[in-house]
Amino acid sequence: MPNPIHSEKKVSTMKNKTINVDYLSRVEGEGALRVDIQDNQVKDVKLNIFEPPRYFEAFLRGRDFREAPDITARICGICPVAYQMSASHAMEDIAGRKIGGPIRELRRLLYCGEWIESHALHVFMLHAPDFLGYEDALQMAAEYPDQVKMGLKLKKIGNALMDLLGGRSVHPISPRVGGFYKVPTRQELDAMVDDLKWAKDASLETVKWVSTLPFPDFEIDYEFVALRHPDEYPFNEGRIVSNKGVDIPLSEFEKVFEEEHVQHSTALHAHRKNGGPYLVGPLARYNLNYDRLTPTVQKAAEEAGIAETCKSPHKSIIVRSLELLYACEEALRIIDQYAKPECPYEEVKPGAGRGYGCTEAPRGILYHRYDIDDNGAITDAKIVPPTSQNQEMIESDLRSYVENHLEMEEEELQWKCEQIVRNYDPCISCSTHFLKLDINRK
Amino acid sequence: MDNNQKPKLAVWKFASCDGCQLTLLNCEDELLAIADKIQIAYFPEATRAVVEGPYDLSLVEGSITTPEDKERIQKIREESNFLITIGACATSGGIQALRNFKDVKEFTSIVYASPEYISTLDTSTPIADHVEVDFELRGCPISKAQLLEVVNAFLFNRRPNIPSYSVCIECKRRGTPCVMVSQGEPCLGPVTQAGCGAICPFYNRGCYSCFGPKETPNERSLSRQFVKMGYTNEDLVRAYRMFNAQSDSFRKESEYYEE
Repeated sequence: MPNPIHSEKKVSTMKNKTINVDYLSRVEGEGALRVDIQDNQVKDVKLNIFEPPRYFEAFLRGRDFREAPDITARICGICPVAYQMSASHAMEDIAGRKIGGPIRELRRLLYCGEWIESHALHVFMLHAPDFLGYEDALQMAAEYPDQVKMGLKLKKIGNALMDLLGGRSVHPISPRVGGFYKVPTRQELDAMVDDLKWAKDASLETVKWVSTLPFPDFEIDYEFVALRHPDEYPFNEGRIVSNKGVDIPLSEFEKVFEEEHVQHSTALHAHRKNGGPYLVGPLARYNLNYDRLTPTVQKAAEEAGIAETCKSPHKSIIVRSLELLYACEEALRIIDQYAKPECPYEEVKPGAGRGYGCTEAPRGILYHRYDIDDNGAITDAKIVPPTSQNQEMIESDLRSYVENHLEMEEEELQWKCEQIVRNYDPCISCSTHFLKLDINRK
Repeated sequence: MDNNQKPKLAVWKFASCDGCQLTLLNCEDELLAIADKIQIAYFPEATRAVVEGPYDLSLVEGSITTPEDKERIQKIREESNFLITIGACATSGGIQALRNFKDVKEFTSIVYASPEYISTLDTSTPIADHVEVDFELRGCPISKAQLLEVVNAFLFNRRPNIPSYSVCIECKRRGTPCVMVSQGEPCLGPVTQAGCGAICPFYNRGCYSCFGPKETPNERSLSRQFVKMGYTNEDLVRAYRMFNAQSDSFRKESEYYEE
């Protein structure tokens, strides 16, 4: 690395240019971007991730199955609940157990908290500044103080829900295999209702506001992949489906999708076996589960002009706002119907075996697979986070966008490319818990 | 205040989960006030703007795990007046320091299809192993209140008021009955530095020490108690080898029971 601290550089000639962003900002983790243009054609697009490897799958071996939720949460400080949920469900799957009733509802409620926190962070702090030409939300706050304050308050309410259910918002301590260490009282949940009602109204306003942002004319015929549940918008359960023919139980994930260790970014790129890249996350959930959203959300979607389908990656900001609205409504529903369970968890004692867990992290499906032995020790672990699944799709979007905007002024094109990456709300810490990317620097 | 008169803050990331720097963004009520007093000069998780160094205050998240990062932390130290590490990765090597007890080549081949692409050090080490650190903030993740206290102390040029006593004190203060005594739950609270607010015992579980060892911990005495409660040597090794496995006294204790 010539300047290991940070640098952004551009090289330009008439027909050949290289767009190089050495350190992507407003994303979680360390990534870089390189687009090579030769003779007015896009020659190469690389999303490089140089986040160092942390070897979670390796050091999980030999750990007790009950430790997996706490340990894997540390893969990502932005979506720890997703890791705790996928790991817990996988262990329960080994034991052949399905946790139902109020504990299941509380898990959905905890996930609502994470979606609210994570989506509010992305919509207001990380994504909106791109559309309005600000380098960050603090700069944006000078012109848009009400929106930034609203975003921060929404985020705070998501965090408060996680604090209550999880003990804290980053790496919650209450979730465990079988349920929770402690569950809230009716009274404690009731105390959240006023804030959540405010958050619901604020989310509606957010949908209205973000749908007025300037969007480029850019749509892609994606293969969307998400969970689908018989009667719910998906959080923790469902089959893995796509709009191009996939409809499988979790246990067949690795039969249909594969990861490849490629040298250029040495990221494991996920794609359909013998097929192309696919997209996970809010856009995929929305397009595949529109009929599972509440009437309020559907109406807001109609008014925003993206009812039922949305193929614009930039408009993911509207979809995230719709999911914010959904999460607030769902949280209110769960609190309204809550009856405190007698025991905060169910005893789960798996024998030797293999289990699968896949849940909808804010950024898309997070797949876990574990083998454990007779003593409950993990013998093998596989974790496929959403951002590593989206990586190939991000590169494909970049290629399409740059091909259509070759004449764009250099600095602007660079910013637009960054925005394409940020459309995905990439969580690089997640995707690289097992990846090491070498950057070619000359 | 004009940006030029404000102290310059930089936030750096090494091997980590981003959760500690997220704690800064989680200061929803204070963030705009902080930005009023401090120029956020380098914080890629939040802004694409970059203000060149030197920096008055650097917050460093993450541990050192690659040859490149070993060099990068030196440059950051040179550019920083005060350097404060935030979180268990930066102060003790983090969960990824579990590699320090194993063969990294084997780890690499478990996780990667093409191990030859991977360049990594054999160990995950805290920032203080490489450069001088002015203050270490504990936790996996850090506490928001403690982060604000450290930033405030820096602004007013005073020593941060961060206690080094154990989690037990926080339990007593909170009125939480001891989980070891009342529920028979093994708890690392007696050897763990306070700061989290003793949330685990409050939620009916033993502390798993995300804040690492307190000042002058007596692990051996606690380990003996764990054995009486049914812990095997392997259980003890695992208990000390979590998020602060590489911290001196926990490492020694886990090695003692490994033999």
